[in-house]
Amino acid sequence: MIVNGEEVTREIEGRLLLVHFLREELGLTGTHWGCDTSNCGTCVVWLDGEPVKSCTVLAAMAGGHEVRTVEGLERNGELDPVQQGFIACHGLQCGFCTPGMMMTARALLDRDPDPSEADIREAISGQICRCTGYATIVRSVQWAAATEAAK
Amino acid sequence: MQVPGQFEYQRATSVEHAIGLLDRLGDTARLVAGGHSLLPMMKLRLANFDYLIDINDLHADLGYITAEPQQIRIGAMTRHRELLESTSLKEHFPIFADAERVIADPTVRNRGTLGGSLCQADPSEDLSAVCTTLDASCVIQGSAGTRVVSMEDFHRGPYETAVGEAEMLIEVRFPLRPGGSSAYEKVERRAGDWAVVSAGAALWLRNGVISDARVGLAAVGPNTAGIPEISALLRGQEPSEELFEQAGDIAARSCEPATDTRGAEGYKRHLAKELTRRTLRKAVDRIGERAQA
Ligand SMILES: Cc1cc2nc3c(=O)[nH]c(=O)nc-3n(C[C@H](O)[C@H](O)[C@H](O)COP(=O)(O)OP(=O)(O)OC[C@H]3O[C@@H](n4cnc5c(N)ncnc54)[C@H](O)[C@@H]3O)c2cc1C
Ligand code: FES
Ligand code: FES
Repeated sequence: MIVNGEEVTREIEGRLLLVHFLREELGLTGTHWGCDTSNCGTCVVWLDGEPVKSCTVLAAMAGGHEVRTVEGLERNGELDPVQQGFIACHGLQCGFCTPGMMMTARALLDRDPDPSEADIREAISGQICRCTGYATIVRSVQWAAATEAAK
Repeated sequence: MQVPGQFEYQRATSVEHAIGLLDRLGDTARLVAGGHSLLPMMKLRLANFDYLIDINDLHADLGYITAEPQQIRIGAMTRHRELLESTSLKEHFPIFADAERVIADPTVRNRGTLGGSLCQADPSEDLSAVCTTLDASCVIQGSAGTRVVSMEDFHRGPYETAVGEAEMLIEVRFPLRPGGSSAYEKVERRAGDWAVVSAGAALWLRNGVISDARVGLAAVGPNTAGIPEISALLRGQEPSEELFEQAGDIAARSCEPATDTRGAEGYKRHLAKELTRRTLRKAVDRIGERAQA
């Protein structure tokens, strides 16, 4: 599996879920694990460029494929504009939903650099912020979009 | 922590390979497509298998939406998101985008497949209702070759299909007929949830008269079922509110909803009626809009 651009090889059980592989085998604990029922989206990572709920994907299914986690958002020591947006606009309170929200937001902006508020809300509609900070999450993503447009 | 029971993971490299594995391993093996119905069940230990055969590599062969003059063929591995974004489906069968917008959420839709949805055979599965409404047929492949089964025969009961032990669904076909349109509506308790009730309608007009119409309902009985009585009522009539009111009455009367946490039986019958009316109305409006465009 290629994780955040690096090839990793492990011998695993067939039943190991991708979220646990990332957290326990690779120590990438940025990806959180919450509801365990594909409802909350805190476990969202990219599989071949698309956001997926890693509690509902077998690690083996991702074998030979590319996975990107929140740890892979920063580039050359610089935080991704989405991460900067969450800092600038208070996009997180406890931070539990944040990694999943940011992975989905990054994917959205890659497809649509100028999303409407409705587009952003639709993109994160399968994800739950337990602190209910949706307004600031939306603002953070808008901040990232505006910052990228200005560059 | 929810973890599936132990199993051996296998990856199929072709349809024939998958069928060969199923043939050899029998009922100890199961295919996994998007995994968004099967893995949750395995995590809850409601389902246990010795072997899981991953067919995601077959997306290259079975992930397609092909429009032909007489029909649209969709590969079993086509994912929800691809159905939602298809311009060809938007043009011919707007019911797909209506339904896909309210199936689960965007991240689940990146994984779940048409084949998995139909083979899961959950009575609440929205795509099953869509396929029933559009009079689809399912292409099933086994070691002896392929066979084609209508939606009525495909679903044998809740969680039960016509797909045999060493067979797989490879394609779903939708007949194309001129002069028609379609729509889907769902009532859910919260965004991304399964339906309390949902309804699909497809309707064809010739010289202002309904030449055919079909209604399919989800979450109101053991199967997502079409309602032939409604088709019989509508054929040969001009579309009108009174007519759709009668169609709604038939829908409310002929479904078999059960009272559960999603709602009471009476409420569900009311929804069946209202959603039948709305989708029929919308299908007719869409035919009009297209004529004007
Ligand atoms: C949080 C959540 C919310 C959801 N909400 C909705 C909703 O609102 N409406 C809705 O309709 N659905 C909903 N779903 C279900 C979703 O649509 C699933 O993606 C779908 O039911 C199954 O597709 P899959 O590809 O993931 O199938 P899998 O889970 O991979 O497979 C399901 C079953 O089909 C069999 N199978 C798969 N492909 C084939 C094939 N080609 N041939 C033979 N057998 C096959 C498997 O062996 C298994 O038994 C939801 C799912 C989740 C996780
Ligand atoms: S832990 Fe995966 S969706 Fe909640
Ligand atoms: S910030 Fe606490 S769950 Fe979203």
